[in-house]
Amino acid sequence: MDRDYYIFSNGRLKRKDNTIYFIDSQDNKNSIPVEQTNSLHIFGEVDLNTKLLNYLPKYGVILNFYNYYGYYSGTYYPRKKNVSGFTVVKQALHNFDYNKRLFLAKSFIDSAVHHILRNMRRHKEDIKELIEKIELERLNIERANRIDELMGIEGRIRKYYYQSFNWILRDDFTIERREKRPPKDPVNALISFGNSLMYTAVLSEIYKTQLDPTISYLHEPSTKRFSLSLDIAEIFKPLIVDSVIFYLINNRIITLENFDDQDGICFLNEQGRKKFIREYEKKMSTTIKHRKLKRKVSYKMFIRLECYKLIKHFIGDEVYKPLKAWW
Amino acid sequence: MGIDFDKLKVQGVKVNYFYICKRKLWLFSKGISMEQNSDRVLYGKLVHKNAYPRLKKREVLIDDILKLDIMDKTYVKEIKVSSKMTEADKMQLLYYLYYLKQLGIEKKGMINYVKERKLEEISLTAEYEKKIENTLVEINRILKMETPPALKKLPYCKKCAYYEFCYALEED
Ligand code: SF4
Repeated sequence: MDRDYYIFSNGRLKRKDNTIYFIDSQDNKNSIPVEQTNSLHIFGEVDLNTKLLNYLPKYGVILNFYNYYGYYSGTYYPRKKNVSGFTVVKQALHNFDYNKRLFLAKSFIDSAVHHILRNMRRHKEDIKELIEKIELERLNIERANRIDELMGIEGRIRKYYYQSFNWILRDDFTIERREKRPPKDPVNALISFGNSLMYTAVLSEIYKTQLDPTISYLHEPSTKRFSLSLDIAEIFKPLIVDSVIFYLINNRIITLENFDDQDGICFLNEQGRKKFIREYEKKMSTTIKHRKLKRKVSYKMFIRLECYKLIKHFIGDEVYKPLKAWW
Repeated sequence: MGIDFDKLKVQGVKVNYFYICKRKLWLFSKGISMEQNSDRVLYGKLVHKNAYPRLKKREVLIDDILKLDIMDKTYVKEIKVSSKMTEADKMQLLYYLYYLKQLGIEKKGMINYVKERKLEEISLTAEYEKKIENTLVEINRILKMETPPALKKLPYCKKCAYYEFCYALEED
């Protein structure tokens, strides 16, 4: 129903009549069933026409672009169908009022830390000390009075967390510290790649709701980025992306051969990206029985539910409680 | 006439929702709609499209508020997928008749339940008129509420397009 399509080759993407086609450089034509498409991820060098760009919003399809190294570069976010001025006004009020903003920022971080510890506890014996340090640091979240304070706490927690990767991951994979721009080693490359997939996944779920993706709480709302997506992604990065990374490395699915190094930038090659995406998609469609819905819910749907809970918080229906995986 | 109709008139679907779930009515009225994400709603739209392929007079729009499926000399006709929500459907149609009456047009109503191949005729009695007026007053009161009516479990929640929205809750 709700599939993501990944295009790795170079070619042309166009709309003809009521179908989207991808024609690669060897002139192979593939059709993409637009009604069942959630978003398109473009890794290759692809030409597009405006007919296509005018057509996609009708089906709520989002286009995500990645650069040569496979790192996120931008999104074509079509005009929304689901709009509610009422909700946006309320959403903005929760940013404008500093205490309200702080409440949400804390919620996001607390949930992220819950999922970080959940990952670490599976490897408890070796990283006891790091777990304890994080648990201590976590106590400061509740006491924090400012967002930048909160960001500091989060930064320290992440530092301990990434240190623990050296125990969690097989020997040939190590991380010294988190380096985003650009990633310089395979582990950083994996984190960056996975996080950008997560960012776009959250964005496409936000798109299906009445939330405005530019009004955020933990991250500074900015004109350049859909910062609400960054906020919500905090919750899901350790829950989804990091566990995919551990799985891929520890089961020797991704090896050092799957990385390339160029201009001091480390990145997954095409083979590596495909392996990552296969596992990541599998994870996203894994279902868990939801305790309140009494229904099986996929990891991807959990992201949408998080959006719904935020809307309910904004409109004064139900105070927001972030997801804390219980399974 | 007991009410100021012009101030209280609403879209027909709101009368329908009023009888299904007041929370749904409120959410919908704030632009929080779930329709696109629901297959059932899509199915309803399809049935609609295919029910009367030969009839030309389809979808009359009045005042940007009333969307009538079919109107002929005697009847305003409504097409419904199934007979599950009979009261809500009936009240919606009665509201249309009431609305038309305010415009000086008197009609009778006919509901066509496609799945059951069943027709049902109704007419606007004085009693129904009163009921519609009370409904309009109540709807307007709900629309003015600051926050949505609290979640109350209803037998058809599980089939509602808002189900995921309403029940996206965390345990303590
Ligand atoms: S799920 Fe239940 S409570 Fe929520 S809108 Fe639908 S019927 Fe109303």
